[in-house]
Amino acid sequence: MTKCVDGIRVFAPTGALGMGFLDESLARAVQMKPDVIACDAGSTDSGPHYLGAAKPKMSEQAIRRDMGRLLKARDSLKVPLIIGSCGTSGTDTGVDWMRDITLALATENNLTFKLGLAYCEQSSDQVAKWMLDSKIQALPGAPATNSDDAASCTHIVAMMGAEAIQHLLEQDCDVILAGRTTDTALFAALPLMRGLPPGPVWHCAKTIECGAVCSTKMRADGLMADIDASGFEVEPTALDAGCTPLGVASHTLYENADPIYITEPSGVLDTGNAQYLAINERRTRVTGSGFEHKPYSIKLEGAAPLGYQTVAVGGIRDPYILRQLEPWTAEMMEAFELRVAELTPYTLGDEVRIDISYYGRDAVMLSGETEADKVNHENGILIVVTAPEQETANTVARFVTHAASHWPIPEWKGFISGIAFPFSPPEIDRGMAYRFVLHHVVTDISPLELFRFKTLEVKNA
Amino acid sequence: MPEQNSTTTTLGELASLVRSKNAGPFWVTFDVMFDTDDDFQRVVDSQLINREWVASTWQIARDEIVLVELKAARAIKFSFPRQQVQGDPGESDQYSGQQYAPLLALCIA
Repeated sequence: MTKCVDGIRVFAPTGALGMGFLDESLARAVQMKPDVIACDAGSTDSGPHYLGAAKPKMSEQAIRRDMGRLLKARDSLKVPLIIGSCGTSGTDTGVDWMRDITLALATENNLTFKLGLAYCEQSSDQVAKWMLDSKIQALPGAPATNSDDAASCTHIVAMMGAEAIQHLLEQDCDVILAGRTTDTALFAALPLMRGLPPGPVWHCAKTIECGAVCSTKMRADGLMADIDASGFEVEPTALDAGCTPLGVASHTLYENADPIYITEPSGVLDTGNAQYLAINERRTRVTGSGFEHKPYSIKLEGAAPLGYQTVAVGGIRDPYILRQLEPWTAEMMEAFELRVAELTPYTLGDEVRIDISYYGRDAVMLSGETEADKVNHENGILIVVTAPEQETANTVARFVTHAASHWPIPEWKGFISGIAFPFSPPEIDRGMAYRFVLHHVVTDISPLELFRFKTLEVKNA
Repeated sequence: MPEQNSTTTTLGELASLVRSKNAGPFWVTFDVMFDTDDDFQRVVDSQLINREWVASTWQIARDEIVLVELKAARAIKFSFPRQQVQGDPGESDQYSGQQYAPLLALCIA
């Protein structure tokens, strides 16, 4: 395909850095001479652990493999490479982890570039102050919070928009590693800087942020997009895949509560009047996307410790136990309450929790189950103990597994063994569990004031 | 099959994809997609996927539901706040990936 003179060509190599992409797709992408390469490396999608613990979801090996190939592609093209939400949650630790991997890869591959780093962690004191000043609001569905909740967070990140990326692009950074960033901002930053209209730019960014997931081959691979003054066109980098109007239109649905209005820090994308047209079997053009600018708002995400957990899994096959699971469990929980008080300084239901669920019996949909209380021939049992210390969680779990497996039923006279445990010991320590506390927006704020930037000349002869 | 109209089918059989997914830590969203415009229109015309049915099936308040029919994507989509925040104690489905089963048995005329 020939590149539109006034347009910008954006390359999204894969849906998330570390998920991989095909070597031949990257080679083809390089031949197509994109103006920018961008990819996110994180999300809150996988739950609160990654933010609370500031640990990455992807392995270092997976990140190194993708990042090494992208750094070399960037070097041959001499265009910016932008990575957002480093280390999954975008904490400062995540950015530094990504920086160290990038510097090591630069040395190994003899690469020279200007590196830009964008940090976004916020102190709980700052967040508490915003709460007092009524500068922040909970997003729909987020729990009510106070300054104590903010103080309990181990990590709080503020989500960067396109302006933070542009700040580093304006300083001629070749490789940008950003903390928590909206996925779309990574793709939108350069086209917006070059004066392309926000409707097509943001809609294009939303379309390509998961890479080839919106193509006919739903695998970890790349997309190439051309944005121009009236719309954008998108095609997969792999020749055996295509972007159809249906696939592109469908992608606005994915992981979005509202597929028509999609909020960005600087405004709202409106896909309601978008038209999707097949250019050929591999390429689709989208026009009619709108964008309404709004007062700047920045999203905060914060996670706090929930407690240490110990878990055990097992199975139950005895039909007499299965037909009385509720009273059986309720009875043993009463005994556990006394035992928690005997063995720990805590109270069950307060500092210590014991959650028992039975797979095969309302364990997946919980109270929303439409086929509740069905008795099956076999049920799994999951025991989860949560406590202020790992040792306490383990102590509690050890008597729970023992007592539960021998808990009597009236049908049998004598000591029973009612749970099949696959492991010895049955108890598995899971470490600290976290919960999402903050999911708020800060208003009355400028695009850059919450963020810290560093640049670094990386020189390898 | 007694009394059943031979053209009646289930949504599970008619749809090309039925899925549920977390949309941020506080929302769950459901997508029902079709291979043809006719299949999409047939389900839209049946009006079986409506706010009342969603509210009663997943036990949530009617006014919290976002429900849209998207012809360009041949999709029906609805979303509502999760019963509890993703990852809170008692979590059963971090990604809300297995919450769509009640849709599959809907009988489409």
